[in-house]
Amino acid sequence: MSTITLKDCQRDKIREVCAAFGNRPGELIGILHKIQDEMGYLPEEVQREVGRNLGIPVSRVYGVVSFYSFFSMTPKGRHPISVCMGTACYVRGAEKLVDEIKERLNISVGGVTPDGRFSLDCLRCVGACGLAPVMLVGEKVFGRLEPGQVGAILDGFDHP
Amino acid sequence: MNKVTVTIDNNRIEVEKGTTVYHAAKSIGIDIPALCYMNLEHLNIENCPGGCRICVVEIEGRCNLAPSCSTPCADGMVINTHSGRVMNARSTVLELLLSDHPKDCLVCAKSGDCDLQDLSVRLGIREIHAMENAEMSIYRKDSSPALNRDMDKCVMCRRCETICNKVQTVGALSAINRGFMSVVAPAFQQDLTDSPCVFCGQCVAVCPTGALTAVDHTPKILRALADPSKTVIVQTAPAVRAALGEEFGMEPGTLVTGKMVAALWRLGFDKVFDTDFAADLTIMEEGAELLDRITRHLAGDPTVRLPILTSCCPAWINFFEVYYPTMLDVPSTARSPQQMFGSIAKTYYAEKLGIDRTELVVVSVMPCLAKKYECQREEFIVDGNPDVDFAISTRELAALIKAYNINFGALPDEDFDTPLGESSGAGVIFGATGGVIEAAVRTAYEVYTGEKLASVEFHELRGFEGIRTATVDFNGTPINIGIAHQLGNARKLLDGMRSGMYNFHAIEIMACPGGCIGGAGQPFHHCDTDRIKARMEALYREDTRKSIRKSHENPDVLRLYEEFLGEPLSEKAHRLLHTHYFTREKFS
Repeated sequence: MSTITLKDCQRDKIREVCAAFGNRPGELIGILHKIQDEMGYLPEEVQREVGRNLGIPVSRVYGVVSFYSFFSMTPKGRHPISVCMGTACYVRGAEKLVDEIKERLNISVGGVTPDGRFSLDCLRCVGACGLAPVMLVGEKVFGRLEPGQVGAILDGFDHP
Repeated sequence: MNKVTVTIDNNRIEVEKGTTVYHAAKSIGIDIPALCYMNLEHLNIENCPGGCRICVVEIEGRCNLAPSCSTPCADGMVINTHSGRVMNARSTVLELLLSDHPKDCLVCAKSGDCDLQDLSVRLGIREIHAMENAEMSIYRKDSSPALNRDMDKCVMCRRCETICNKVQTVGALSAINRGFMSVVAPAFQQDLTDSPCVFCGQCVAVCPTGALTAVDHTPKILRALADPSKTVIVQTAPAVRAALGEEFGMEPGTLVTGKMVAALWRLGFDKVFDTDFAADLTIMEEGAELLDRITRHLAGDPTVRLPILTSCCPAWINFFEVYYPTMLDVPSTARSPQQMFGSIAKTYYAEKLGIDRTELVVVSVMPCLAKKYECQREEFIVDGNPDVDFAISTRELAALIKAYNINFGALPDEDFDTPLGESSGAGVIFGATGGVIEAAVRTAYEVYTGEKLASVEFHELRGFEGIRTATVDFNGTPINIGIAHQLGNARKLLDGMRSGMYNFHAIEIMACPGGCIGGAGQPFHHCDTDRIKARMEALYREDTRKSIRKSHENPDVLRLYEEFLGEPLSEKAHRLLHTHYFTREKFS
C-alpha cells in the first residue's frame, strides 16, 4: 500500500509540527506547508501520519494535498525551479523558458533530475507581473528573463 | 421579527426567517428541481454544497440567478422559479453536466432509478449542444465485494462524501483534485478495499447517478437455479418484506411477506426460508451471552466486559474493526442472522437432506450491501465452501421477479417452508432500529426473572432518534440500554461511554438510517425518509400479527437445540453460531 516507510525521526518531526499547530484539523494547510518545507514533499505515509495526529481521515488530507498545486507528492530537487505561467508571464514568453529548461535538464514539468539537483514545475502568478516572465529557483526570483539567460543562472547552483 | 414575507411564482407567503427559497417553495407545493442538494428529513442529514446550479431561481432586483437550496428568504423577495432565464440556465447547466457524462443509460445499472436521468426527462433535454468535441473526464473503475465505483458518472454532488464523513464518520471518501479532474475517491485514489470503507453502502443509497452502484449477484443466482445438481435454498431478511412492494408500485410500508414467498417459489428455489428464524436463533445465543455477562457482573466478577454490543450488522462490525481495535472483545460473539442461517443450513439442514454442503446453495435476500462482503469473509467459509453463497439485495430480488415475468401484485400469499422458516415477532422487528435489543429483552427478561412478560412491547426502545437510551426494569434490576443507528451516532455513543457519560449494560447498533429498513440494498428512497418510517411501522405491524412473539418460544428453534445444538452457548453452538473479530486498524 505505502510507497515508503517513515523513519522514527520523521514520524517525530511530523508529530512535532502537528503539535505546534495544536493538532487542530483546521490548521491542516499550514501543517502541510511546514512539513513540505522540512521534507521536500508529501508522500503517502507522511499524509497518513498527519491524519493520525490530527484525528482526521487520510482521505481528507489527500483531498487537500491533491487540490493545491503547491503541494507535491513527488520529491523535489534541491533547487526546485518554478516557472510562472500566469497571464502576464505567459504572454511574455514563459513557455519558451520552460522549453529551454526542459531541454537543458532533460526533464519534463513535474520531473526531477537524476542527481536530485533540480526539479521543474509551473505555477500560476507569483505576484510579480511587472517582472514577467518570472522564474523561481528555490526562493530566489529571476525576472525579465530571456531563454538565453537560463543556462548561466542554473550553472550558478551547486553541482552534485 | 422571526417571519419574512416572500412572493414565489405570484404566491405571497410568510415563512420563518432563515428558510431557504427551496424550502419555502416546497412548503406551497412548488418542487424546484435539484441535484446536489439532499435533505433527509427525520435524520438531520443535509448536503448543500450549492454546486450543481440546477435549482437556480430568479429574484427580482438581483442581477444573477440564485441557487434556491442555499439562498435564505429575505423580506419582500419576489421569486420566479420558472422564468425564461431560469429555464434556459437550468437546461444549459444540465447539458454541460451531461456533456461530461457517459451516454450508456440503456445498460447502466442505475437506469430507471437515476436522478440525473429523471432530471433530463423533466427538463426535456433532447440534445446536448456542448457535446461536440466535449472532453470527458475518465477514471479507473473500482469494484469491491459490495460496491462498484464508476467515477466517469460522478456529477460531484458530494452526497456520498457527506454520508461517508459527516453521517457515518467512516472517512473513506473525499473530494480530490480540482477543476475538471475533481472527483470523489478514497485517499490516493486507492481501491475501496484498501480504504477504511465498511461497505455500509449508504453512498450508493444517495448517489443520484450510476457512479456508485451495488455489486450484482443475480447472474450467479440464475446459474445456480438452472443447475439440476444443486439444491438452492433462500432466506429473506426481515426488512425486505416491508420494502419489496415499493418496487412494484405499492405504497411504502405495504407488507408483502406472502407475495414475496410466492415469488421466490416461482423463481424456482427448492426451499424458501426466513432469516427471521435465524434472528430468533441469534436472540437465543446473544440473549444467553447478555444474561451470562450481566449475571457475572452482578455477582462481582471484574473480568466481565460490559456493555455487550450487538453484532448483527456487518457494516458496524467492519466499523469497529477499523476504529475500535481495542474493543474487539466487547461485542457479542454471536454471528449475524444471515451467517447463522448459512451455518445451520450447511450443517443441520444438509444432514437432514442427506446431501453434501457443496451440493447446497444458500442464497440470502438482504436489505443490505455489506452482507455481500460479510458472506465472503474467510471465517464463514468452510473448506472453500461459503456458508452463504450469494447475497442479493431487495432491489436485485425485484429485478429477478420482473425478469421472470411474475405479476407480483397478483400473487397469492404463500408460506415459508419448515424447519428454517418459522419465526417469532421478535425476529421480525430485527429490521428496525431498536428491534434487536427489544427482541433480546423479551427473551432475557423472561429467562432472568422466570416470569412471563405482561406486555412484550417495549415502546421506550423504539423510535427514529439517532441515539436513544432507556432503562428496562428486570424485576428490580435496572438494565441500561443504549441504541444508535448510523455509524456517526454509534461513534458518539461509544465515545460517550468511554468518557463515562453513559453507563450501559447493552447497546444495539445499526449502521443504516432507521436500521435495516433503511439499508443500502432497499428500493431507493430518493431522499423521502417517510418511506423509511413507513417500513418501520410495517415491521411492528407484522410483529403484532404473529402468534409467537418471543424468540425462545419459536418451536423450530427449540427443536434445533434439542436435535442438534444442545443448548445456547454449547460447544457446538459456539463452533457454528459464534465468531471472532479482527483488527483492520491499518486502514484507518
